[in-house]
Amino acid sequence: MAATQETVEQVQKLEMDKYKYGFVTDIETEKAPKGLSEDTVRFISAKKNEPEWMLEWRLKAYRLWLTMPEPKWGKLDLPEIDYQDSYYFSSPKSMEDRPQSLDEVDPELLRTYEKLGIPIKEQEVLAGVAVDYVFDSVSVATTFRKQLLDVGVIFCPISEAIQDYPELVKKYMGSVVPQGDNKHACLNSAVFTDGSFVYIPKGVRCPMELSTYFRINELNTGQFERTLIVADESSYVSYLEGCTAPQRDENQLHAAVVELIVMDDAEIKYSTVQNWYPGDEDGKGGIFNFVTKRGICKGKNSKISWTQVETGSAITWKYPSCILQGDNSVGEFYSVAITNGRQQADTGTKMIHLGKNTTSRIISKGISAGKSQNTYRGLVRVAAKADGARNFTQCDSLLVGQTCGAHTVPYIESKNRSARLEHEATTSKISDDQLFYCRQRGISEEDAVGLVVNGFCREVLQELPMEFAVEAQQLVKISLEGSVG
Amino acid sequence: MLEIKNLHAEVDGKSILKGIDLNINKGEVHAIMGPNGSGKSTLANVLAGRDDYDITEGSVSFDGKDISELEPEERAGEGIFLAFQYPVEIPGVTNTTFLKEALNAQRKYRGEEELGGMEFVKLIRSKTKELGIKDDMLKRAVNVGFSGGEKKRNDILQMAVLNPKLAVLDETDSGLDIDALKIVAEGVNKLRAENNAILVITHYQRLLNYIVPDKVHVLAHGKIQRTGGKELALELEEKGYAGYSGEAA
Repeated sequence: MAATQETVEQVQKLEMDKYKYGFVTDIETEKAPKGLSEDTVRFISAKKNEPEWMLEWRLKAYRLWLTMPEPKWGKLDLPEIDYQDSYYFSSPKSMEDRPQSLDEVDPELLRTYEKLGIPIKEQEVLAGVAVDYVFDSVSVATTFRKQLLDVGVIFCPISEAIQDYPELVKKYMGSVVPQGDNKHACLNSAVFTDGSFVYIPKGVRCPMELSTYFRINELNTGQFERTLIVADESSYVSYLEGCTAPQRDENQLHAAVVELIVMDDAEIKYSTVQNWYPGDEDGKGGIFNFVTKRGICKGKNSKISWTQVETGSAITWKYPSCILQGDNSVGEFYSVAITNGRQQADTGTKMIHLGKNTTSRIISKGISAGKSQNTYRGLVRVAAKADGARNFTQCDSLLVGQTCGAHTVPYIESKNRSARLEHEATTSKISDDQLFYCRQRGISEEDAVGLVVNGFCREVLQELPMEFAVEAQQLVKISLEGSVG
Repeated sequence: MLEIKNLHAEVDGKSILKGIDLNINKGEVHAIMGPNGSGKSTLANVLAGRDDYDITEGSVSFDGKDISELEPEERAGEGIFLAFQYPVEIPGVTNTTFLKEALNAQRKYRGEEELGGMEFVKLIRSKTKELGIKDDMLKRAVNVGFSGGEKKRNDILQMAVLNPKLAVLDETDSGLDIDALKIVAEGVNKLRAENNAILVITHYQRLLNYIVPDKVHVLAHGKIQRTGGKELALELEEKGYAGYSGEAA
């Protein structure tokens, strides 16, 4: 047995280095001076040529941030973060003047995205997907903007939305995730750099999938993106974000905020495939992923559906949530979180039932391998006036090997007697019998693990837009390579 | 095709097989019978290459090739198939997906081209039809919620699709009522051919009424004690394993 264990560990070491997106793009950049201060905030705002109100909003957040404590409630072994040891703005020099067309984009950037498998050429990307490409602190390109605008859909970098649609941004930014929500969201409010802005007008079903691809490239630089999506009455949009970063020994900070606003009879489907660099097998390097995602179902019969596949990051701290304010509104959370090596994830959701007959559904699949720790943390809250509220929660954990941990922490608070809340949870292991069964049929051990885990996650993966489901299945498999123990 | 010489094997350090000699030729059906604890299932697992089943002495060759060092999936690729006593459930993975992965993994191992979607569906449809299995079974997750009989039939379907050279049926009759037993045996018989061989491992004779063997071996105390024709099975049915089991015997 000892020999087997040794082999397993050797294989694990090999495989942790297999992160496919760990390359660095060699490109000249323009950076803010290192560290965080009011000057940093002013620098960012000036770089983005922002109006006074935006700068004031940022400064207010910065001052608040100074007074806020680090959130400590996650089951995470978190090192002290030195906020002065990081850069808060980094942009390729060539982006100084935003290119007017794709032909003007730096070829080095184009090559980077080609290498990542998502070329910036409209005719070459997946048919029917518009993409906003965010590189460190700036949006490099956004495809299909014109075609979308023809039907009234606004899809642009948030830095441009601040210039071009200030009224919409003023009205909604910070309305779902207030500056003081938590320290990470507050930091984002002060120093956010880019991200996407989406507005779907009344009655419009967005004709294509929208997507943002986040890439961290620069050393010691944090990425603080901010995404704001507004779906007006009876509209629909499906949006997907993807993320990768180079392989480095230093930790990098990623603190994002995503806000969704959904009016009467409208729906937003928001999917994430998170594949930040997870660190090496000893836990060196990797991204600290502190994300605040929240949506509000403002109108009656509105719906928000979060789907996330979290495979990367050294630490993931993330709880995409729904405020179900409109009567009959629906919130959904489908999650696959995979941890391997020394990764730590504390992720889940909050479903806040305020309106009548609101329903929520939580399906969480946690897979832990290596020496990782994987926690589901979820809150279902039913307010006194939320008559007829219903929730169904299912949390399944799968353990691969002997040295990992899976934890489930559900919180339920109900102030209404008519509420119906169900919670189911299971913990299981990939059994030797399952692996042998697959192998006897000719499937290699690694493929067998991939197959069993993909089966375990199926309910969630099938919620992803079709274009990305296959990719996600591959990712699930790759994330667990070498984890058999 | 299968040549076992003086095979000794242990499980978790405990010696179970103590010198087995067995030759199976193409087109033959052999049965291994024996009392509980005689080493029948160990032999099946050793042939399939399961972890923790270690060969300590002797050799196993298949089509002239020593397979004792091969991984289970490599042995599968060589054409060895094991029908399980307790087929395993794999939630969320449909039978179609599983079969396609398995078949293409084996084809890849043999240097054959992998089958595309359409070709695969054609193949699998022809096999379900041949075995009288409903197509909706293909959409269900592997063995999840299947009755005992359905699980065994599913194993037979896998066998039909993978088309092995040697099929080892490890007490596949256990837990089956007589109707299910007949259906499974019928499936196995359909797959009998000149170029492949079958090794039936069973405690009871009744399966051999339906899958008629060319040779019957009695396994006890980790060794083959006696070999005969199909009539040997009937004799065992009548007299039991009294002559072979227990230290006193």
